[in-house]
Amino acid sequence: MITLETIAATGVFSVAWLMIAIPGLMAGLLLISGKFFDRSGHWMAVAASSTSFLLAAWMFVQMLTADPEHRAVSVPLFTWIDSGTWSVSAGLQIDQLSIVFALLITGVGSLIHLYSVGYMAHDVRRRRFFAYLNLFVAAMLLLVLADNYLVLFVGWEGVGLASYLLIGFWQHKPSAAAAAKKAFVMNRVGDLGLTMAVMSMLALFGSSSFEAVNAGAAELSPGWATAIGLFLLLGAAGKSAQVPLQGWLLDAMEGPTPVSALIHAATMVTAGVYLVVRSHEVFEMSAAASTAVVIVGAVTLLAGAWIGTSKDDIKKVLAGSTMSQIGYMMLAAGIGPAGYAFAIFHLLTHGFFKANMFLGAGSVMHAMNDDVDMRHYGALSKVMRVTFYTFAMGYLAIIGFPFFAGYFSKDHIIEAAFEHSLWAGLAALIGAGITAFYMTRLMLMTFFGEKRWREGVHPHESPKVMTVPLIILAVFSVIGGALMNAWIQDWLEPATGGHVTEISLVPNLIGWITMAVVAAGVTIAWFVFGGKRTIPDVAPATRNPFTVMGRNELFGNTVNDVLVVQPTMMAASGLVVADTKGLDGGANGLVTVFNGLSNQVRKLQNGQVRTYALTMALGAVAVGVVMILSQLG
Amino acid sequence: MTPEYYVYLATILFALGTVGVMVRRNALVAFMSVELMLNAANLAMVAFSQARGGLDGQVATFFVMVVAAAEVVIGLSIIIVIYRTRRSTSMDAASLLKL
Repeated sequence: MITLETIAATGVFSVAWLMIAIPGLMAGLLLISGKFFDRSGHWMAVAASSTSFLLAAWMFVQMLTADPEHRAVSVPLFTWIDSGTWSVSAGLQIDQLSIVFALLITGVGSLIHLYSVGYMAHDVRRRRFFAYLNLFVAAMLLLVLADNYLVLFVGWEGVGLASYLLIGFWQHKPSAAAAAKKAFVMNRVGDLGLTMAVMSMLALFGSSSFEAVNAGAAELSPGWATAIGLFLLLGAAGKSAQVPLQGWLLDAMEGPTPVSALIHAATMVTAGVYLVVRSHEVFEMSAAASTAVVIVGAVTLLAGAWIGTSKDDIKKVLAGSTMSQIGYMMLAAGIGPAGYAFAIFHLLTHGFFKANMFLGAGSVMHAMNDDVDMRHYGALSKVMRVTFYTFAMGYLAIIGFPFFAGYFSKDHIIEAAFEHSLWAGLAALIGAGITAFYMTRLMLMTFFGEKRWREGVHPHESPKVMTVPLIILAVFSVIGGALMNAWIQDWLEPATGGHVTEISLVPNLIGWITMAVVAAGVTIAWFVFGGKRTIPDVAPATRNPFTVMGRNELFGNTVNDVLVVQPTMMAASGLVVADTKGLDGGANGLVTVFNGLSNQVRKLQNGQVRTYALTMALGAVAVGVVMILSQLG
Repeated sequence: MTPEYYVYLATILFALGTVGVMVRRNALVAFMSVELMLNAANLAMVAFSQARGGLDGQVATFFVMVVAAAEVVIGLSIIIVIYRTRRSTSMDAASLLKL
């Protein structure tokens, strides 16, 4: 087994920080420049993102040509925190794992920037949108290129901020503002886990660098290994919308569609998978923690697929599908060394085909006057040829049609899951069948059947600036799997420590079963939604518990409401009562007492001169008596 | 000499003055009663001074007389003002100075 050893940075690697700095500074420039760049800002943002991609590609080529022992590079930047016994340095670690992420982020990111030029052409706040996109690219690169967990955390929060800003980009819609807040708050819950993990590492190892943590993990006590693993899993679940922190992802579809494609499908939501794979030494020390990862992944992949079957909103179907596919990645990452490379493999292919389909959905929405209800679509394959064909490539890739991208990556995960345990394998297998069902449903409702367009809607193909990224992503949806299938395991081995599983192009028994299940899913969908069958204009009322649960997102929001929101509200109103009745009541009570007393005392002052005289006389007598008594004593 | 009878007299005068202040409603009579109390005190001080052979009491008496003279001026003027506005010198009627 080859372990990860980094070498000092030379050549292009010594300016690796430019990859992060260029989009970061461009974001700042676009935000402060006011109207000055209103007309050109979007192209500058595209240029910044593309420059980062070129840098990443250059480094990737350098790493490809180097021998395997000298591929990983560490780039120390500066000492970040230096206080007594503590010293945290900020640096970048460019290894086999982070460079493929960097390529995905900048590559898909640049294509989505380009697409957004067309998609956001008529938005008055276009410059700001591109500034946020650049901010996201910079933060995401910082997340994956960091060489320790503290710097990673900065990027982690940065993408959370960008996600918040972009989900709520159309802030004039109350639903978008609420969705942004929901995503932000739910991510805080996950961040709590990551924070505790980082603090535990600092306490136990005195350092948060990947190198120190992975080296020290072997000596961890089982309790601490499990604790850190579960903390990391909580962080990963928040960012990657895994059960039980999945509730924000469907609402996040309120954001502009390119944002959904970039942040909520291709890159940011996969950060949790990256975190788990990056911390693999910790998870290998704790069977409980890695089993928890497998369970979370398996539950989420079924939950996401379930939601995908029942939604009519095209973006929410894709969001459910994203949840489900990330569940696959989590499942693979939890399996252990056999699964790491497959998790990353599926992450990359998913990045291609899901970005492709989200952008395709954006193109469809563009044509349908921003209508997202699939019941208002139908028969679009004739009028939107490019969108249809590119979307079809993504569709074939996600259901795992032979030799498309998802076929390779998903089959590996299903096989690895069966090797791990029967129940994990069955969950992955059933998930594949449901995926085939809901994606076929989406295709049939959108592109085939009768025209169910609203009045005044005249679908048309999108401009070239939008279709070219679609075509490029479609090409990768087709060839991405075959391209990386034989290569990715060897490539990632030093970084993920996985041993190479033998893979063959001839499907084994599980492969054939998977294909049969997928075919069954497609066939069922065809019989329900295909051919000349009419699609009701509104979702038919049903008492079928599966449909009801799916339409309500498995009551995830209700669960959150009952478990968290309501108790918090009750605690808050309880505190208000305690404050008004208890504290304020005490203070006001004292006021009342003194008020009453002084009212009584005031009555002594009655204005009667003779009463005053009597008081004085009595006082004088009292004084006299006291004096006499004191003389006697 | 013994100051005994003088002190008796002074006590009687002082008691008369005190009762006068408290039972009479007429401001002028009450005022005169106050003067009676002051002079009763003066009488007692002069008597004690004589008995003890010192001048302290007599000096104090002068002070009291001076202060009383000043007080009479102010007191009478207040009573006159009250009479002018209310056509009465009843002390009970002039009871507005209260909360």
